[in-house]
Amino acid sequence: MTDIIDRLIFYFSFSFVQYALIVGVLIALCSSLLGVTLVLKRFSFIGDGLSHVAFGAIAIAAAFSLTNQFIVVLPITVISAVLLLRTGQNTSIKGDAALAMISVSALGLGYLVLNVFSTSANLAGDVCTSLFGSISILTLSTLDVWLSIILSVLVIAVFLLFYHKIFSVTFDENFSTATGTKAKTYNFILAIVIAVIISLAINLVGALLISALVIFPALSAMRVFKSFKAVTICSVFFSTICAALGIIISILAGTPVGSTIVAVDIVGFAIFSLIGYKRG
Amino acid sequence: MAQLTCENLALGYEGKTVVSDLSFAVNSGEYLCIVGENGSGKSTLMKTILNLKTPQSGKITTDSGFAATEIGYMPQQTAAQKDFPASVREVVRSGCLNRVGLRPFFNRAEKQLAEDNMKRLGIEHLAKRCYRELSGGQQQRVLLARALCATHKILLLDEPAAGLDPKATAEMYDIISDLNKSGTTIIMISHDIEASVKYASHILHIGNGESMFFGTKDEYVSRGGYGA
Ligand SMILES: Nc1ncnc2c1ncn2[C@@H]1O[C@H](COP(=O)(O)OP(=O)(O)O)[C@@H](O)[C@H]1O
Ligand SMILES: [Mg+2]
Repeated sequence: MTDIIDRLIFYFSFSFVQYALIVGVLIALCSSLLGVTLVLKRFSFIGDGLSHVAFGAIAIAAAFSLTNQFIVVLPITVISAVLLLRTGQNTSIKGDAALAMISVSALGLGYLVLNVFSTSANLAGDVCTSLFGSISILTLSTLDVWLSIILSVLVIAVFLLFYHKIFSVTFDENFSTATGTKAKTYNFILAIVIAVIISLAINLVGALLISALVIFPALSAMRVFKSFKAVTICSVFFSTICAALGIIISILAGTPVGSTIVAVDIVGFAIFSLIGYKRG
Repeated sequence: MAQLTCENLALGYEGKTVVSDLSFAVNSGEYLCIVGENGSGKSTLMKTILNLKTPQSGKITTDSGFAATEIGYMPQQTAAQKDFPASVREVVRSGCLNRVGLRPFFNRAEKQLAEDNMKRLGIEHLAKRCYRELSGGQQQRVLLARALCATHKILLLDEPAAGLDPKATAEMYDIISDLNKSGTTIIMISHDIEASVKYASHILHIGNGESMFFGTKDEYVSRGGYGA
């Protein structure tokens, strides 16, 4: 035991490990905030589609050998989010099909672009990294860290500022609109926030695992708690604790960060399901 | 001028018309009951009045009192609400949102309003309960309390008594009738024609051709009632 603690103290004396923990926990916090809304509004599909778009964007950034992928990924994801929300709103089946089309296109073209243009010696490794996260969180530059912190703070501020409106629009969009809350505006804000969260989270867990970061905390909290406030607060704690644990375990065990966090999330979900079941 | 005037409305979905030739008007303080068979387009009409849908043709005019911030709406329940983790208090308070503007939280007066409306509908003891775990009748009361938080001027109710037992139904109608007597304009969808005739000042019967009717309650009764 003391051996493990010694090793942890040793690792945490490195700034990149500290950065990874700070950024990881912040990203986990942000992605859990909107979980309930995303799950219940069927936006989780959009989240999934968007993460594929983000992968495509990363491929483009890599092809042009940009060191800071964020600058490409963020705007492309935000624009796609707004467009997807537009098409997704009129009808479900058409919207879902459009979404599936966009997300597989982004995935396919992204891989193609990487293959054709990439100068990297380890192509398969690069692809695997962008899909599953792996080591990228440990190689964050100071710029990445600050960008992540600023954007996370923005996401949290937007959420707190519009908390009651987000509740109302998620609970009953028709009522909100009928009584003068601009549901369309808030859906728009939500789409942008989701895009920002995905651009952030792709650093932590990779494109394919982002949905886990969004969905598990909300679903777990909903097993046990019954009010929106309690579920939101619980999701935040669930997500940050799982992320911190996942990062620490991955450092100690040398496992990939993203999939370790998701594994911890799954364990957490199982525990919460059990508690919810016991409570009846 | 009437609070709400609809002229020659045609309503429907994606090119398919559900009702056409719909004309009626509602003045401040009136109690309009909209009746008609299932699927005749009552909910669709209400959504159109609320600007949630655009009519296929025809004209809706409203006076300045018919603003979104003066409207309380009690929808028919939707599936999404059923899984939603929300306490009764959270749901009722959300009715106050149209008066908070950009303020990120509710002030004391708004919280008090929510408490008052829960008391008025006899659900204050349920405040901390989860909305989705309530009985149908209790849920209806919560939605009405939320609508009351949004306004005391104009209330639009989509089958507020659906799924209630006879006693709860009578209570619900009494509450709505009291609101109307204190000056609230009521536009209510109901399939309970007897109750509609008892409480309403005007009736709109939605149907095709002959069975379409709009007029005062007395005209409706003397016409032999039920349209068709
Ligand atoms: N979202 C929708 N898309 C297509 N058709 C719809 C939709 N909602 C309702 N309809 C159809 O419109 C008609 C009127 O529905 P509605 O207004 O809900 O009737 P009701 O009078 O029972 O409230 C029905 O035939 C229904 O099938
Ligand atoms: Mg209906």
